[in-house]
Order: sequence, then C-alpha cells, then structure tokens
Amino acid sequence: MLKNEKTQEKEMKKEMMLKVSDIDPKFKYEISKLPGAENVLLCFQCGTCTADCPIARFDDFYRPRKLVRLVQLGLKDKLLSNDVIWLCSTCFTCIDHCPQDVGIADIVRALRNLTTREGKMPVVYKEIASNILKTGYAYVIPGLRLKKREEEGLPSLPKASVENLAKLCDITGLSKMLEKVRT
Amino acid sequence: MSGSKYLLFLGCVIPYRISSYEISTRKVLDKLGVELKEMPEFNCCGFPLDPINHDMMLTLAARNLCLAEQQNLSIMTLCNGCFGTLNHVNKELKEDEKIREKVNGYLKEIDMEFEGTITVKHLIHVFAQDIGYERIKESIQKPLNPLHVAQHLGCHVIRPTKYVGFDDPENPSVLKELIEITGAKCLNYMDEMECCGAPIIGVNDKIPLQLAREKLDHIRAVGAQALVTVCPFCHMMYDLNQPRIERTFNEKFDIPVLHYPQLLGLAMGFSPDELAFKQLRVDASRILTN
Repeated sequence: MLKNEKTQEKEMKKEMMLKVSDIDPKFKYEISKLPGAENVLLCFQCGTCTADCPIARFDDFYRPRKLVRLVQLGLKDKLLSNDVIWLCSTCFTCIDHCPQDVGIADIVRALRNLTTREGKMPVVYKEIASNILKTGYAYVIPGLRLKKREEEGLPSLPKASVENLAKLCDITGLSKMLEKVRT
Repeated sequence: MSGSKYLLFLGCVIPYRISSYEISTRKVLDKLGVELKEMPEFNCCGFPLDPINHDMMLTLAARNLCLAEQQNLSIMTLCNGCFGTLNHVNKELKEDEKIREKVNGYLKEIDMEFEGTITVKHLIHVFAQDIGYERIKESIQKPLNPLHVAQHLGCHVIRPTKYVGFDDPENPSVLKELIEITGAKCLNYMDEMECCGAPIIGVNDKIPLQLAREKLDHIRAVGAQALVTVCPFCHMMYDLNQPRIERTFNEKFDIPVLHYPQLLGLAMGFSPDELAFKQLRVDASRILTN
C-alpha cells in the first residue's frame, strides 16, 4: 500500500516536471492568428479571469489564467490532451473583465478547434453535428412534438436545406473532422 | 400605432422542449402589435458547433443572416445563444472584410452572399427599445402586485460587451424594469449575473447543476416567489432540471420559473392556460392565486 503511494507520488512529480522538448515555441503565434485570440501575448497573468470564472469555482482544475499561460509557454500537447478545455461555459465574463483585452474564451475555443482537428472531441458535439446535418436542428425533434405544435395552433417548423448544409460541412472541413473523430 | 415586423428565429431547443416560451411570446407580441414572420427555411444558428469548427459556426450563422436579408427583415430571437451568435457574426462580417470574404467564399458554394443589410435583436430588445415601456404599461390590465420575483437575464444577451453593447452587464436593469411594469416586484439577489451552465451540459453535468443549485439558493434567500428568464437554455436549467437538482443535492426548492412573456401575459389579462403555464415542470399555480 505504502509502496503504491510512493510510486504514485513519483509518477505525479514526473507528470508535473516540464521538459524543454515539450515546448513548442511557435504555438503562441499559431494561436494568436486565430480569431479572437490575437491578444494572447498581452496576458500579464493578473488572474481576473480565473477569479471571475463560474466554472473555476466548482472545478479544481479549470483555470483560465493557467490555460493562457500554457499557451504562452508553448505547452501544446499538455493543452490539447487536457479535458478541462471543454469546461468553459462561454459566459464571456473573462472577456468582459480582462484588463488586457485578451479574448480568453476565444482562446479556449481555438484550443478546442485544434483538438478537434486532431480527431478528439466530447461525444455530445458529434451527436449535435450529426443532428444538424440530418435535420438542420441541433436536436432531433420527435414527430409527436410536431403534431403537438399543430394542436397548440403553432405554425409548422421551417425546414432545412439538407443538401446545402452537407456542402458547407464539406467545404469548412467539418466532414473530414467528423470522420476522424475518436471522441 | 404602426407595428413592427420581425423574422422569428426560433432556434432548436424551443421547438424541441420549451414551447411554452414560444406560445406565450406569440400571444403577447400579437397583442402589442408586433408582427412575426416565420423563417422561410432554417438551420441551427451555429453556436453548438463553435467549439469544434469555428468556420462552420460562422457559415451556419451567416446562412441564416442571408435568409433574413432576402426577406428584407431583421431577425428576432428568443434564445440568448441564438442572439449572441447571430448578432456577433452579423457585426463581425459587417466590420471585418477578411472574415466576410472568407465566409462569402463558403456561401458561394450554395449561391448565397452576405451583404450586411439587417440587424439581429433579442426579444428583450424588442420589448425595451421597439415597443417601449410606455406602450407595455398601457397594455397592463391586471397588475401583479404583491408578487415578488427575481430575474435571470443570462449571458449572451449582454456579454461580450463589445459585441452586444446593451444595458449594463455588471448591473443590468432592463429586465428588472420590464418585470416591474407588470406590477410585480423584482428582488435583488447575490450573483445575479452568474451563468446557468447549460452550454456544458453533456460534457459535464455536475458543474451546471451546482451552478443552478446555487442560484436557486440565492433566490430563495431573498424570498422570491418565482424566477423570470428570457432564454430557453437558462429556463431548462432552472425549471426542467429543478427536480434533478433537488434529487442530487437532497434539497427542496420548489421555485416556479417563468418566461418573461408569461409574466407579462398574466398582467395583460391572458389566462395561465393561454400562456402554457401547464407546460412548466415546477408547478406555478401557487403564485397565480396570490
């Protein structure tokens, strides 16, 4: 038991240790080219984002300031393999309060987009994407619901042009991404 | 009194499970002389796909904007998420030539082009800016005093400030004023601007439930008899998920959650049935007898 704890501690320390080879010095420039993330280099780590983040209050690991720092340091693999990037609820409080006009929520979105490009995303997004492509709506609206609309005197729902959505999905690269997805 | 006309952008979650919001909105706007036209065709605003592909989000939003441009009508949304996305993309495409060219490049594939001729509004803007407080006041027939409620405005109808620029995001007053026109009193409570957490449901349910629990707790602490929302996602977190929150945290709240048009509709003299009160998960009949 004790031995087990010791190995665990060792492994944790190993995990926390950074190697120069982990650093991708160009990563911060790559991110700063993405819409909304232009000011990533201006972050001076004041921590207002983390202090005001509703998610950080309830999660032990989600810290927007830390995510921005990891971007600045170029720890790409550490960021893209980390599930916490999917926790931002896009309330945009961080963007409103940042004294340096850093688009923190946009940086998190950029990280998510890059992760997806590598074939990884939470399964819920794959479902939503597939629903939109099939029906135009993010959820599959059951037939009973449509019938009930009639009974309630509501107009019928506008339909989607599914062929056009499929075209857009191909041209924006989403189709390829969805094929690759391992979730 | 000439009425205004909008293209109604319903979004996905309202027809899926929150039609009480749609029913009450249509009733109230009709009486206030606002004409709604249905979207000729529809696709999701794009918001749920932004995390996985920003370009697809931009293009889905732009496609809806193009449909509205073809109708020569401005869009009115009921959902904060749809508003935030469509408004942001509309402004970004109008202002940023580079992004506009890129998105128009995608849209060319389906013979569409963004021109930038319309605006995007949320229901609350239509109430506050177009119909105006005076006209709403005139429509009140049964003032709701002594009802005490609390507001939950939600995030995307007010943040990020640089794209929305409406009301004060630190201390919003518009929904409060709209509530008080009905005769109900709108109580202040702690962390009014806190997010409901709905966008990460499905990725992580624990945190949104904790956030929603905390809000219900703060509302109860000031003695509000009901919560008033203007977004189907926020409403879902507090109404549909309230029994789940109660089970998870072993705590009873029993706080009815109304869509603003339901509250206004009551004061305008509509019956609870006409406003689809029966579709609410948390029974609201208790506040009706007050």
